[in-house]
Amino acid sequence: MDPSAAMEMLKHGVPTSWYLTLSAILFSIGVAGFIIRRNIITVFMCIELMLNAVNLSFIAFAHQHKQVSGHLFTFFVMVVAAAEAAVGLAIILTVFKNRSTLNIDEINTLKN
Amino acid sequence: MDLFFFSLFAFIALICAVNVVLQKHPISSALSLVGVMASLAVLYLLLGAEFVAMAQVIVYAGAVMVLFVFVIMLLNAGLEENRGRSWMAKLFGFPAFIALLGLLCYFVQRWFPNSGFVQFGDFAGGGAQQIGYALFTEYLLPFEVTSVLILIAIIGAIVLARKELD
Repeated sequence: MDPSAAMEMLKHGVPTSWYLTLSAILFSIGVAGFIIRRNIITVFMCIELMLNAVNLSFIAFAHQHKQVSGHLFTFFVMVVAAAEAAVGLAIILTVFKNRSTLNIDEINTLKN
Repeated sequence: MDLFFFSLFAFIALICAVNVVLQKHPISSALSLVGVMASLAVLYLLLGAEFVAMAQVIVYAGAVMVLFVFVIMLLNAGLEENRGRSWMAKLFGFPAFIALLGLLCYFVQRWFPNSGFVQFGDFAGGGAQQIGYALFTEYLLPFEVTSVLILIAIIGAIVLARKELD
């Protein structure tokens, strides 16, 4: 990028696509963590990371279209994430009570 | 100024996100996730979403993460033991990650090459008043359905976590 274009960009702020790219990178990191981690709580945290990445793109699009709808979608995603965290952590508690493990490799009753 | 704040907090968010995945102890991951959420809240402020930024800090970084830390403490979760992975995971894991990342970034750059610029103060429609107005007029039905969802989640959590009655 030549210097004049960079100066122009600085004057106008940050391109929306940068926010979307950041959101894509965060989402990919979340997917990678979801797949490679073996602790069920950390896997859950990676899901939260993915939801946050999607929220960021909702807000970026809301800014681009100058509409408040994207904020409301983010709001609903937050509500769903909170409900999901409550139920999911209750499930983790129950699994730990029955199996005494948090390793998802050992929770394989449904396999085969 | 916009560029400075975006770069700083995007950098913090990325570092913390990588940290979430790479840390071996769940508590470290949880604290890194709080870092991601806090820096995302700052980015929301830059995008003119004050209400969502506050909700992010209060609901996510506050309530949800407290719940996570509480469960980690309760279960006394320690370091996760690392077993050997299959040769396929070792061989294709990182290339698949790069492929997913590249694909997402490609589509972003392809569909939104010059989608406008984000300047702080450009969009002032993200206050509590506008959010509340839209929530109780246009999005009233989803809002009501959300309350049912929360009710179901509460009942489900109680049923799952209670002690078995004899």
